[in-house]
Amino acid sequence: MATLPVDRRSIVEQFGPHRAEMSGIRLDPGVEPDRLVKTHCCFCGQQCGIQLKVKDDQVIGFEPWLEFPFNRGMLCPKGVKRYLQASHPDRLLHAMQRDPSAPGGFRAMEYDAAITRVADAIRRIQSEHGPDAFAVLTGASLTTEKAYLMGKFARVALRTANIDYNGRLCMVSAAAGNKKAFGIDRAANPWSDIPRAELVWISGANVAECAPITTDYVWQARENGARIIVVDPRITPIARTCDLFLPVKPGRDAALFAGVLHLMIEHDWLDHDFIEKHTVGFDAVAQSVNEWTPARTAEVTGITESSLRRAAEWWGTAQTSFLLHARGIEHHAHGVQNVLGAINIVLASGRIGRDNCGYATITGQGNGQGGREHGQKCDQLPGARDIVNPEHRAHICKIWGIEERDLPQAGVDAYEIVRKIDRGEIRGLLSICFNPKVSLPDNNFVTRALEKLDFYVAIDFFLNETSQHADIVLPGSLHEEDEGTVTQIEGRVIKINKAVACPGEARQDWLIIQDIAAAIGRDRGFTFSSPREIFDELRVASKGGVADYSGITYEKIERQFGVFWPCPSEDHPGTPRLFEPGSWNPVARGAGPFYFPDGKARFNVAEYRPPVEDTDEHYPLMLTTGRVVSQFLSGTQTRRIGPLVEQYPEPRIELHPRLADQHGIATGDWVTVESRRGDSTLRALVVTTIRPDTVFIPYHWAGRRSANQLTISAQDPISKIPEYKACAVRIRKADEPPDWESQFEPQQ
Amino acid sequence: MPVPDHLEFFIDPNRCIGCQACVQACSECDTHRGHSMIHLEYVERSASTQTTPVVCMHCHSPTCAEVCPADAIKRTGDGVVQSARKPRCIACNNCVLACPFGVPKMKSEFDLMMKCDMCYDRTSTGRKPMCATVCPSQALFFGTREEIEQLRTRSAPINRFRFGDQVVTTKVNMMAPRAARPEYIDVAAAMQEDARGGDIMLNVLMA
Repeated sequence: MATLPVDRRSIVEQFGPHRAEMSGIRLDPGVEPDRLVKTHCCFCGQQCGIQLKVKDDQVIGFEPWLEFPFNRGMLCPKGVKRYLQASHPDRLLHAMQRDPSAPGGFRAMEYDAAITRVADAIRRIQSEHGPDAFAVLTGASLTTEKAYLMGKFARVALRTANIDYNGRLCMVSAAAGNKKAFGIDRAANPWSDIPRAELVWISGANVAECAPITTDYVWQARENGARIIVVDPRITPIARTCDLFLPVKPGRDAALFAGVLHLMIEHDWLDHDFIEKHTVGFDAVAQSVNEWTPARTAEVTGITESSLRRAAEWWGTAQTSFLLHARGIEHHAHGVQNVLGAINIVLASGRIGRDNCGYATITGQGNGQGGREHGQKCDQLPGARDIVNPEHRAHICKIWGIEERDLPQAGVDAYEIVRKIDRGEIRGLLSICFNPKVSLPDNNFVTRALEKLDFYVAIDFFLNETSQHADIVLPGSLHEEDEGTVTQIEGRVIKINKAVACPGEARQDWLIIQDIAAAIGRDRGFTFSSPREIFDELRVASKGGVADYSGITYEKIERQFGVFWPCPSEDHPGTPRLFEPGSWNPVARGAGPFYFPDGKARFNVAEYRPPVEDTDEHYPLMLTTGRVVSQFLSGTQTRRIGPLVEQYPEPRIELHPRLADQHGIATGDWVTVESRRGDSTLRALVVTTIRPDTVFIPYHWAGRRSANQLTISAQDPISKIPEYKACAVRIRKADEPPDWESQFEPQQ
Repeated sequence: MPVPDHLEFFIDPNRCIGCQACVQACSECDTHRGHSMIHLEYVERSASTQTTPVVCMHCHSPTCAEVCPADAIKRTGDGVVQSARKPRCIACNNCVLACPFGVPKMKSEFDLMMKCDMCYDRTSTGRKPMCATVCPSQALFFGTREEIEQLRTRSAPINRFRFGDQVVTTKVNMMAPRAARPEYIDVAAAMQEDARGGDIMLNVLMA
């Protein structure tokens, strides 16, 4: 039973989150670093270049890296203070076992003994309940080498079908939509196409807080004369000075795109030549948007008809454009439909695959792109191959040296893994780089499921809220303690460089995985001696696939400031912009620029459906969730960095004064928010920058401050992304602070 | 080595996204490590996400130095107004009260006025200030006049500010609409205006 060994407060006291502050050597301006290590930020998908200052094998600060072309020295507050995660008092230095009699509920143990216990538990569970009863949850902050190894480890060493990753909460709707429309899942353009576009359309992307460096690209477009359209239920900082703001009601994006396409067709703002030569399926889509008149679109989206008409005209008549979207349209039970709607208006305009004409999702996680290409998804094999495709299976089995019949079929998505744990079908779990107790929706259910596990092993560097349930904790590596590649927001493969050694008995994650493989007697294929060796196997495995890395080397990455995949040979420079006329790809083989046998892009009918849980008389408000600039994902790292905690210490519920007045709520008051799944009591921030029918809570916090106590676990039927951006809630003013308020610091 | 003449500091609040990268980076500067000297405030958060970053404007005739009874504040030949000199500063707060831009900070733990010195350790060795290096929106920009001319087509730098009867000329520039070409920025006049809900409207259709 993976219940918490002791009460949460005792765990927090021992393992944090505590705040690291600037102190000691990090405050001393006289200290000369031994070296500067060129690497990248450990947080979001932009992967800004940064130099870490190292002194006596400790990271003591940073120096901007001006030459790296994506960010040219720019950093957000997380990047500036990311160095404070190193040498942290909460750092796990030993393997540990669950022991209610130990301080904080965990007792240090010998690393080898911990590995033996993990191996014994895997053998026992798999022999009693079958190979699929042991599951693996991984993450998209892992390097591509580790992501590749995790997929291989699950299929070849554990022989389980059940591996999935936290990109399931992040990029999968965009990935599925892109594959359906383009046959490939990657940003179509480098960001250098943004500043020269004459129209920038941003749907559901809080650029200033979630991808801050992208702001400069958008502002530079505006300096060059571009108009900016922002679609969001909140006037975020990027929306504040935009040319047209469309305050969409949460969950209505497919309707908006349908309405825009309706007007494009009505006014013949179409690139007929492009549609005819390079796409299929336009007629069916045109038919499907016939019903989306401006009046109906306005009624459904909550956007005025005049704004809608103006947006369609600007989009329809632009010569160049860049459409960006992010989780705002993707985190829905119809997230893929929203993405397809966005792509439809791009394809109808013909503005893709050439200078200053672009389209991209803004990938969220550090290795959101690379982490979703090489096999840690439940239905995927390296090189963005499909696990159900016989040819793809044969290719990978040959490289892995296994029989095709021994390669598991597709497993289930991350949330379904939790449901299977709840139903007793999955009895054992290994997790790395994932904190589902904070990050999954309806997380009270997630906690109840975790408690049912027979055996749970977590690899972690800080004891995150999910790892607190573990039987065994193995001390893994921080970003700066290992090397490897990641693929950032534009599809550029870059290199993370090691700055310091792992402290104490902590080990690099890939070594831990190999130790487990050896302990269960399946070390064949798990004897790599460096990330470079893993990368070299990955290059071969990806060869000929859509995500072809075969021509990328560590040296070439360094020489070119990154290499855009596909890069099919060592003399190939990489592919910054996809879909250029005359370009070759392994699927179309010269038939056209898109990744289908005929080389043509697909229009897909994007069906509008309201959120699974719409408002009603009992729960009359829409809750939408998102990020703040100073925190990242479930906060495992950023809630441990003092200056970032101080910037925005605890979640606040944002609401409009019109709504606040109905409940007598002022800024700073305590407000109880309730959904059908849970409740939370938080302080109010009353602002006119949000729709009056919508409330917003950022999701980075744990325990009773967690927004995901309220959210719904409804998922998109194609991508399986959860509907974080829309569920029904009600609010009331709370008379006093909740009783837990005084027991925990804000970040705890 | 002085800060080179051809490199200037430009502020464009229009671009600011309030992310506080500048605030966090400021405390990494070696001349005041651990202490952020920059000011970043919401204008009126209830109505808008508009924020304004304020660094020291490095006045040609610094009011802070003029009112200092201890002669602790010096402007170096390159036009940078330095933090108070520790042996002279008497922590009287005159400069804090007098600065029209509200820049100096009284650090009572050191009995010393500290302020933005344009990252003198960096700018006097050919590097950019921390805040303008990291600023993701480039609301804070450090570079040449030619670069700003080319990059900012909609605005132009201005370095004269009016506070009632006082007109202040500064080393640091503020970007103002290029078409308007104002003679100076009337700071006090702006204080009389009501906070507005940003430049755009939340034009919502309610069911």
